[in-house]
Amino acid sequence: MKEVTLKINDISVTVPEGTRILDAARQAGFNVPTLCYYKDLCNEGSCRICVVEVKGARSLVASCSAVVAEGMEVYTKTPKVINARKTTLELILSNHNRSCLSCVRSGNCELQKLSQEYGCDDVAYTGDKTAVVPELPNAYLVRDNSKCILCRRCVAMCEKVQSVGVIGANFRGFNTTIGCAFERPLGAVDCVACGQCINVCPVGALTEKDDTDIVVEALNNPEKTVIVGTAPSVRVALGEEFGNAIGTDTEGKMVTALRRIGFDKVFDVNMTADLTIMEEGTEFLSRLQDKNAALPMITSCSPGWIRFIEFNYPELLPHLSSCKSPQQMFGAVIKTYYAEKMHLDPKNIVVVSVMPCTAKKTEIFREDQNASGYPDIDVVLTTRELARLIKRYGIDYNSLANGEFDDPLGKSSTAGYLFGATGGVMEAALRTVYEKVVGEPAPSLDFKAVRGTKGIKSATVDLKGTKVKVGVAHSLSNARQILEDIKAGKCDYQFIEIMTCPGGCVNGGGQPIVSSEKINAGVDVKALRAGAIYKADKKSALRTSHENPVVKTLYAEYFGEPNSHKAHKILHTTYHKRDKM
Amino acid sequence: MLERAHILVCGGTGCTSGNSKKIYDEFTKLLKENNLDKEVKLIMTGCFGLCARGPIVVVYPDGAFYQHVKVEDVQEIVLEHILKGRIVERLLSKEREADGSVKPFNETPFYKSQHRLVLRNCGVINPENIDEYLAYDGYLAYQKVVTEMTPQEVIDVIKASGLRGRGGGGFPTGMKWQFAHNSVADQKYVVCNADEGDPGAFMDRSLLEGDPHSVIEAMMIAGYAIGATKGYIYVRAEYPIAVNRLQIAIQQALDYGILGSNAMGLGHEFNIELRLGAGAFVCGEETALLNSAEGKRGEPRQRPPFPAVKGLFGKPTLINNVETYGNITAIILNGAEWFTQLGTEKSKGTKVFALGGKITNTGLVEIPMGMTLRTIIEEIGGGIPNGKKFKAAQTGGPSGGCIPASLIDTPIDYDNLIAIGSMMGSGGLIVMDEDTCMVDIAKFFLEFTVDESCGKCTPCRIGNKRLYEMLDKITQGKGTMEDLDKMEKLCYYIKENSLCGLGQTAPNPVLSTLRYFRDEYVAHVRDKKCPAGVCKALVSYEIIADKCVGCGLCKRGCPVNAITGEIRQPHVIDPDKCIKCGACIAACRKNAIKK
Repeated sequence: MKEVTLKINDISVTVPEGTRILDAARQAGFNVPTLCYYKDLCNEGSCRICVVEVKGARSLVASCSAVVAEGMEVYTKTPKVINARKTTLELILSNHNRSCLSCVRSGNCELQKLSQEYGCDDVAYTGDKTAVVPELPNAYLVRDNSKCILCRRCVAMCEKVQSVGVIGANFRGFNTTIGCAFERPLGAVDCVACGQCINVCPVGALTEKDDTDIVVEALNNPEKTVIVGTAPSVRVALGEEFGNAIGTDTEGKMVTALRRIGFDKVFDVNMTADLTIMEEGTEFLSRLQDKNAALPMITSCSPGWIRFIEFNYPELLPHLSSCKSPQQMFGAVIKTYYAEKMHLDPKNIVVVSVMPCTAKKTEIFREDQNASGYPDIDVVLTTRELARLIKRYGIDYNSLANGEFDDPLGKSSTAGYLFGATGGVMEAALRTVYEKVVGEPAPSLDFKAVRGTKGIKSATVDLKGTKVKVGVAHSLSNARQILEDIKAGKCDYQFIEIMTCPGGCVNGGGQPIVSSEKINAGVDVKALRAGAIYKADKKSALRTSHENPVVKTLYAEYFGEPNSHKAHKILHTTYHKRDKM
Repeated sequence: MLERAHILVCGGTGCTSGNSKKIYDEFTKLLKENNLDKEVKLIMTGCFGLCARGPIVVVYPDGAFYQHVKVEDVQEIVLEHILKGRIVERLLSKEREADGSVKPFNETPFYKSQHRLVLRNCGVINPENIDEYLAYDGYLAYQKVVTEMTPQEVIDVIKASGLRGRGGGGFPTGMKWQFAHNSVADQKYVVCNADEGDPGAFMDRSLLEGDPHSVIEAMMIAGYAIGATKGYIYVRAEYPIAVNRLQIAIQQALDYGILGSNAMGLGHEFNIELRLGAGAFVCGEETALLNSAEGKRGEPRQRPPFPAVKGLFGKPTLINNVETYGNITAIILNGAEWFTQLGTEKSKGTKVFALGGKITNTGLVEIPMGMTLRTIIEEIGGGIPNGKKFKAAQTGGPSGGCIPASLIDTPIDYDNLIAIGSMMGSGGLIVMDEDTCMVDIAKFFLEFTVDESCGKCTPCRIGNKRLYEMLDKITQGKGTMEDLDKMEKLCYYIKENSLCGLGQTAPNPVLSTLRYFRDEYVAHVRDKKCPAGVCKALVSYEIIADKCVGCGLCKRGCPVNAITGEIRQPHVIDPDKCIKCGACIAACRKNAIKK
């Protein structure tokens, strides 16, 4: 590739042709602030915070879109540039509700950080504020447009990455706000609740619905047995909220923290991930043998994805596995098997799940998710909410000793752990399916073709004569592509894993928010968090779901066989078409 | 058969709203009744330009230029002029030769100094009849480029002509064509920007209404030059006459085989589609226009990439304004050198202006670049009505600036206008007299841009709003001297930082009035006075007792009963009740009320 040499603040740098000025400046050691720019996602040029001076240019230049040229002389910190950025920030602040004292994003708000750095006067400009329609309450997300800075990162995420496109700019000029068509509430459109918009929001305009108080109330109620279960990807991200590097596995500290918060039992949803493999793997094998069964079979762990297919491709619903998600299986097992075993009335059990996900908050309200007669799961906390609760309770996370999950349900294989990363469900399934079909373990348990962050991955596995072609997709735009292929009869996969979020659950809508500054500097959050999972798997002695002793006990004592009548009643569910408006 | 007379009825927007369609119908009826329909040809044309005196009817061969024609006048014109050959003098201009005879209309001050190059066919041909366009060398230029020139040669001619974009920015047109030509793609597009949005501007509208084929032909030439087979005309839905005539013109061109897969039988494909805009000002900005034409929200795109590289539907796109296209065929047929003889060193050719405001001859004028504002206002425009003094002229609409009386002798071209803090814009020219408050004017234009901002970028969305609020504060008498400095700084910030041309130019009215009329701002801020007596909060009405005769006219005219007084005794205004509407001043015959 051709290279270009230019000067940034008189420092010479050589970069590939087509490099953004912003990236060239970073290479020279100068950070240029951004608000609307988000690598590979949003390049609208709307905030104007990244302006720089370019010698010979008519006006200031947005460094997020302008590309380098040979001999260019760029200045990123002249008084003109600094004053312009400061004015931009002060103008934004003049139309912002400035409730920083209690804002959830205080401390990791990109606007707050820059305002501080630039020494802004938050009342330099005063005047009218944009009228905002309060978002009606829903189960998963709170929108506060009085904090919105109209960067459009959420819009780009929803439209480009998720191909959902339920939000956009409404009205114009000073009245512009982000919302759904006709100002409908999110709960009244085909929003899939993935929460990816929250993860890219630079401020506190989009946040998860906080359910910590419900949990606190249950913990304080002596009549309730409060049981918590954690999703695979929570432990590789939670530490970030306490200053640990991205991709740090803090499973032991997490367990101790949950115990110190006061949960009666601390279990692991990885275990029901293993259970899911048993059910789903068995279901797949029986579909493979049934000429009339809908193939390819598609996984059903990711509730955002379930909403997506129910809204957009109801005709393809028969392709979905009927398995409940690991979260729902977890709640169902607790309130049936475990309740019976411990002589507890499921009425008095509160099951809290900690998830990397906002869609999980909607999943608990789905039809046919109450095996015991009570909701399988009572409350869902996102990773971020759990961190908030730990902080509220004054628990010094980093100094905690490592704890272990409680018996009798605490044991899990690292196959279940893999669910946290895109391709993980497929890899875990292949490990078990191979052995079930062939009768001996797969020669290598590492199915590397389904790992990584490529949008759509595929692999062909030879089950000693029976060749199975599998596909893996993450983010809904990729899912849409596969569904279109199925509709057109062009899809030759037999088994497909689909995850709603880019990178899978490690990058779910409930995970710690990583600033765009890091993203733009090239930090690969998905790969780093997934890396922690694969590292644990590599070290593990228990790497297949069917070998999990808890799973074995569950079938021996309670369910009989995978896909048995009882298993169907408790661990499986149904889907139906949903209207978009 | 050759007709013995032609009657031209103006079908431009102004005359249409003055009932010219009914006048046309009346002519049709009366000509038939008098058996004249075979020997006299009746034509509905495009705009003559002198809208202030519309509806206009011109009768040839005499060249009688009838003004303010009413439906009732048609009978007299037919019976007297057409039948008996006696010109109806009372409907002619009052401008006379030294010997008292009526001046030929093209010798009148309004037309004499104009140079109608772009508007050459407006008011001459019937825009709904392609044959008339063909008779005026129509589609000859397209034929010439395809048969005699390479695409590069065409671009070279446009470059050599020095033609610059007439939409406002003044970017060299030939360069734009070259960029689009240089882009390699399976599909390219030619787009015509007919989203004229400046308040009071109707240059593009008149051209499309009066000579739609000249734009179509120019787009075909552009298509040949850059290698595009498809054109889009983005025109406001609020221009129904223009839309209708464009539809007719495109259909006729298709019927004649001029447009289509083998345009004019010369082996090149070119088709044109219309896209109707919903009237957002920002859609005149080229990238916002492209978004809107694609069916997306009308807001600008970040550049680079430029439309010549990635434009409509992501393909290389050439986008020019209507008036720019209006120059093309003449340049091709007459050559670049001919064109360069008109205008100034860096601004060649002519410019069409929509003349409005406090001026006698409101209407559409086309002048050679380099003409002074004085000539336009005093000669062509006929000066300021009611003996008032000229105060300022606003060019470039809400994006332009106010030119003060002291600069009235500035030759009008792109660079001079920029130098004095205004811009050419698309060609709105609004004249203001001494009764205009410059702070109020700045506020008026800014209110327009605040309203029309798309809301995408911070400086325009919030900055202009804050600027407007500061101006409003000043017109309320609540401003401080610090506000003036803060405003000025904010203006420069908005210009430097906005995403598109709308924001980059929005503060111009404020900056130019601050520059040339700072004393008026100071009067508002320090003295709490509006010298022009416009800003309501700073004005109080008072009856001068010495002048008041107690007639009671003001009292009756007051909508809020704020005036009291006995008959034949001086009246008094209650300032608490007065809403400062000015009705009393209008009613008073003795000039006894002052503000």
